[in-house]
Amino acid sequence: MQEIRTPQFKSNARAAIANPALQVELDRARTGFVAKRAAAAAGLPEFDALRDNARDIKNHVLGHLDLYLEAYEKKVTEAGGHVHWAESAEDARRIILDICRKAGAKTVTKGKSMVTEEIGLNDYLDENGVTPVETDLGEYIIQLRGETPSHIIAPAIHVNKDQVEADFRRVHTHLDESRDLSEPESLLNEARSVLRARFLAADVGITGANFLIAETGTSVIVTNEGNGDLTQILPRVHVAVATLEKIVPTLEDVSQLLRVLARSATGQELSVYTTFSTGPRRPEDPDGPEEYHVVLLDNGRSSMIGSQFQDMLRCIRCGACMNHCPVYQAVGGHAYGWVYPGPMGAVLTPSLVGVEKGGQLPNASTFCGRCEEVCPMRIPLPKMMRHWREREFERHLNPKTARWGLGLWTFFALRPRLYQFASRIGMGLMGRMGRRKGRFKSLPLAGGWTGTRDLPAPQGPTFQQLYAKGRKR
Amino acid sequence: MSGREAILGRIRASLAAGNDEARRKAVADRLGEAPQGVIPARGQISGSARTDLFCALAEKVQASVARVAGEADVPAAIADYLRSQNRAGEFRVGGDRRLAALPWDAAPSLTPKEGVSDGNDEVAIAYAAAGVAETGTLVLESGPDNPTSNNFLPDTHIVVIDARDIEGDYENVWARMRAKFGKGALPRTVNFVTGPSRSADIQQTLLLGAHGPRSLHIVVVES
Repeated sequence: MQEIRTPQFKSNARAAIANPALQVELDRARTGFVAKRAAAAAGLPEFDALRDNARDIKNHVLGHLDLYLEAYEKKVTEAGGHVHWAESAEDARRIILDICRKAGAKTVTKGKSMVTEEIGLNDYLDENGVTPVETDLGEYIIQLRGETPSHIIAPAIHVNKDQVEADFRRVHTHLDESRDLSEPESLLNEARSVLRARFLAADVGITGANFLIAETGTSVIVTNEGNGDLTQILPRVHVAVATLEKIVPTLEDVSQLLRVLARSATGQELSVYTTFSTGPRRPEDPDGPEEYHVVLLDNGRSSMIGSQFQDMLRCIRCGACMNHCPVYQAVGGHAYGWVYPGPMGAVLTPSLVGVEKGGQLPNASTFCGRCEEVCPMRIPLPKMMRHWREREFERHLNPKTARWGLGLWTFFALRPRLYQFASRIGMGLMGRMGRRKGRFKSLPLAGGWTGTRDLPAPQGPTFQQLYAKGRKR
Repeated sequence: MSGREAILGRIRASLAAGNDEARRKAVADRLGEAPQGVIPARGQISGSARTDLFCALAEKVQASVARVAGEADVPAAIADYLRSQNRAGEFRVGGDRRLAALPWDAAPSLTPKEGVSDGNDEVAIAYAAAGVAETGTLVLESGPDNPTSNNFLPDTHIVVIDARDIEGDYENVWARMRAKFGKGALPRTVNFVTGPSRSADIQQTLLLGAHGPRSLHIVVVES
């Protein structure tokens, strides 16, 4: 599995905020994705009804997941494909390496897949003599940089073009040193020609799957580049890696989900390439893989069913929650310290790696609710982050100061009269102290706030006083 | 099989569900009946209005479109397009009989090369199985008639589509496929193609021609 650096979220976040180059790229993302999604949603009157239906479809699937998986497996086998069941990341890695070895593979091309990041596939293949080549442009860039994706649909969103140029010059040493790589277009063309040779030479192609269709035994990938397609049609063997909850019942159901996926992700009506793959090539087919394998990964999902976190399994990985998250927008994806960043990562990571390691992430939220507002699958992300905070508290995992503060607040909150009295005295005092400037530059016990910004001084009566007055009126 | 049984067992335990009849029936019914969900109204139009919507949405995602009155006009339209792009007339094509039957003699600059692209073709021509008006999407089926490799390897992808094959929505495309291949069966690959290949992975700058075709030209035959 990819190294877990989530416990260092706070220091990661501080470093990210102090990184000016990263902040430029995050600014760019903030304006791009949000406006495009809003326009796409506004352009389809049925968008919200589709979201409701998408949620209902996935809920139905999760309630019958065992049966749909069996139905799916039957159809894949009928079409001549193989289904492999992997309980853990380790199982999945071993199954995939085994397929590569049987195929005598030296290099494998890869379509973009977050699941293969989750299981740490690339390092494992490398260590075992199989060279993985990422083919999505963003994934290729971060593979050259020895980094991990910082966004689930835009993995290299933290990198600028000058950095890409430097990486290409460092790695593509067979090309003319004096070539012009100053424009994104020339960088794209170079990656296209370098990777074209890789596509044609690969022995095995590994992709993820956005959906698995039980009705037909089909895996579905959506891409804009076409790299996923070249990965799965050119090599002799195609391996699709997917987690259990990617199942949808029928072609009609997948059509519902496709209508919300791209619109929520990039604001496109549909991604450029939506590809439905069923089994290996047929006797009459002149191209396509001779072998077709699906690796079904559990890695903790089956235990989420029936729990407070089951709704998270509806996620279709569009990235809208992180695109709209003020915390993600400020710190980027790497600060989250594992595979899945943003609000979806804050809920999923503790489920997969444990709250002991992942507990920092559900705390990295203001509970503003924008993630839930834009989630095409209507996943109650803030509610589930709250569940994690409760578990963290129950297990005494948060720092002493936080527990002491919460304890103090509980003491007053359980005694309303005392609470009102104390807050009236406290606010009145602070109001008088801060009357001149209207704000505080520093306050005892509030260094966490005043260290980076002023605290406005309270003005007038407390909320409770105003509320009581309003009710009398 | 141990992984399989362990996973399915855990799911059943989590669901606190047995193999009861009601659950099995719910799954069998859904797979059998394939109920339709929400279908956008925008595609629910017919005739030339539907073709107009298909063309407009395809052009919105940087495909180019030529509309011709009959199949006899297709070769000349393709020759015109390739000339406008400064492309030579050589193109890769599968064994599709609808394409083979076109009067290619009418456009002597064009020279077809039958088979699967090996990555060295500048141009490929395919015949679409269907189109979808609601998103300007082409639907292509794998097989000897239109090999899938030809949809991705060449720089320029030209797709001919009969206007009568343009459906309003995806659901009607699936209905066509069920009629052709049987319920629960699909060709090895079905490609939905909506515009030419692109990437915005470098500084969010949208660029065409990432790994697939740099340009997509659609010839709509309105007979």
